[in-house]
Amino acid sequence: MNESVPTGDAPKGAYVFRLYLADGAPNSVRALANLYAICRRHFPDSHHIEIIDVLKDPLRALEEGILVTPTVVKVSPEPELQIIGNLSDEDEVLRALGLPQREMA
Amino acid sequence: MSVPKRGDVLHKLASGIEGFDDITMGGLPEGRTTLLMGGPGCGKTVLALQILVNGALHLGAPGIFVAFEENARRVSANGETFGWNMDELEKKEIYFVDACIRPGVVRSGAFDVTGLLAGLEAKARAIGAKTIVFDAIDVLLSMLDDPAAECRELYRIHEWLARQQLTGIFTTKVEDNHPSTAQRYGFMPFMADCAVLLSQRVTDRVAVRTIRVVKYRGSPHALNEVPFVIGPAGVEVGSSNGVHPESQPFDERISTGVERVDDMIGGGLYRGTNILITGSSGAGKSMLAGKFIEASCRRGERALFVSFDENSRDITRDLATISINLAPHLGSGLLRMEAIRSEAASSEEHFMRVKRLIAEQEPRCIAVDPISALSRVGGGLAARAVAERLIYLCRNAGITLLFTSLLEGVDPHLETTTLHISTIADSWMQISYALLHGERNRALSIIKSRGSKHSTQLRELIFGDTGISVADPYTAGGEVLMGTLRMEKENAVHSESRRPVSAGTNHEEGGK
Repeated sequence: MNESVPTGDAPKGAYVFRLYLADGAPNSVRALANLYAICRRHFPDSHHIEIIDVLKDPLRALEEGILVTPTVVKVSPEPELQIIGNLSDEDEVLRALGLPQREMA
Repeated sequence: MSVPKRGDVLHKLASGIEGFDDITMGGLPEGRTTLLMGGPGCGKTVLALQILVNGALHLGAPGIFVAFEENARRVSANGETFGWNMDELEKKEIYFVDACIRPGVVRSGAFDVTGLLAGLEAKARAIGAKTIVFDAIDVLLSMLDDPAAECRELYRIHEWLARQQLTGIFTTKVEDNHPSTAQRYGFMPFMADCAVLLSQRVTDRVAVRTIRVVKYRGSPHALNEVPFVIGPAGVEVGSSNGVHPESQPFDERISTGVERVDDMIGGGLYRGTNILITGSSGAGKSMLAGKFIEASCRRGERALFVSFDENSRDITRDLATISINLAPHLGSGLLRMEAIRSEAASSEEHFMRVKRLIAEQEPRCIAVDPISALSRVGGGLAARAVAERLIYLCRNAGITLLFTSLLEGVDPHLETTTLHISTIADSWMQISYALLHGERNRALSIIKSRGSKHSTQLRELIFGDTGISVADPYTAGGEVLMGTLRMEKENAVHSESRRPVSAGTNHEEGGK
């Protein structure tokens, strides 16, 4: 279900995320929804999400050191950042991304 | 669920570690989950890796090692130090997953191990894995930071293993070497089909490792704690006792080195048996041990002399004063002498060392002097088990063993060897002091000699410049004559029967 365009095509300065999920698992489904919501709200025109379904490509996650699902990796801008969980704690995600949190926004 | 269906037979996966397979009565439950618990530095990781390596090497069962705490490369490198060819094994049979949590990972909301299991499933299928180790599973669980989630994920793994028919090995830390203190993950032993507790204690300043099977669903197992060591070839577990290996009987008799002693036990020691020599300090146990070793070398048989707490040079010098010359045999390599400081390690480690020496020297005769030194550290029980194993080891290998033990008491019938090992000795010879008529003489008696008739009489043991001898028995008024009284009697007898002979000739008899 890698439905989005390859990472390389993302516009310069865009937020690029790679989401490892187990398609159909409750936490994974929620993570996908939460990540889309966060991206639409905070960088509506400059984000790109690559989705890797570990059930379809199980060895890739293993080789890339992904242990738990869902895991989202912020590929750019650098530095790379790993966030695990269904992203239900949006403030935690924003803090990790160095963005102002919702109350203040 | 992994609840076995009626009619399911529990198959076991041999660990390839002798003592471990003994206490688990065959190894780990195949296709089930085993939990290895212990404090830090207890040897959980080594044991788990060794089971994986042995499975790959000997059972044709490849495996996966998931390292949650230690860097996988380091785990593999540790394996190399035990002589396991990890590079070769990693090509096909063993796959390492570096599952250390990266620093700086941010957590937001709930997650699960579905992804990891999907990856492992694919890998397991690819290499045909039969066994999978989750090393430091507690680290993974602590990431979840929610007791309900921890329990749920653990059961997820547990059920996944059962579905995949993989044999799972979890290692986890427990505090104070006690499973019940692992409150946080207290449910783990309940989930596992087999739970094993490793611990490390310090007794008399010496670290002693022990292992105990806490539970084993559907199988009997040894209940007791058993000592183990991490030696140069990995984990070695002491046997749970109870097993008395049968050895092939030898009809051949070999000399103790003292002809008169051979006579007293019916013509010498049976090859492959053992003899215990007890006596108080200075009684001459080491002298008899030296004589036995010299006799072995004179027959051209390789020998090993293990001495606790006395260095080899002192022993050879002392033996030389009674004409026991070991130097040439040491020079030729026929004899190897090894002096070991008893306090330097636990009795278990001493055993391992002696075992290695045996493998290197391939002796036909061994003297261990004194075996009672083993009990000086780590407690008498462990030492007794070690002494027993040494005896069985020699018996199985057809090696004739002479071992000495310090006897604290004076009455040989109240056996006070610190290890109480006389019951498993084939022959038992006691050197005591006879205080009689103002003299203190050494008296030798055979307390037991399995399979032979033996002299029941007390004999005088004499160490002279020219060797060791045992005097003829002379009795008077129900007492065995010794020392001056015996010599007077001897002289009287000799002057009666033949022309007078010079005093002391008899003393040299056995030493020739």
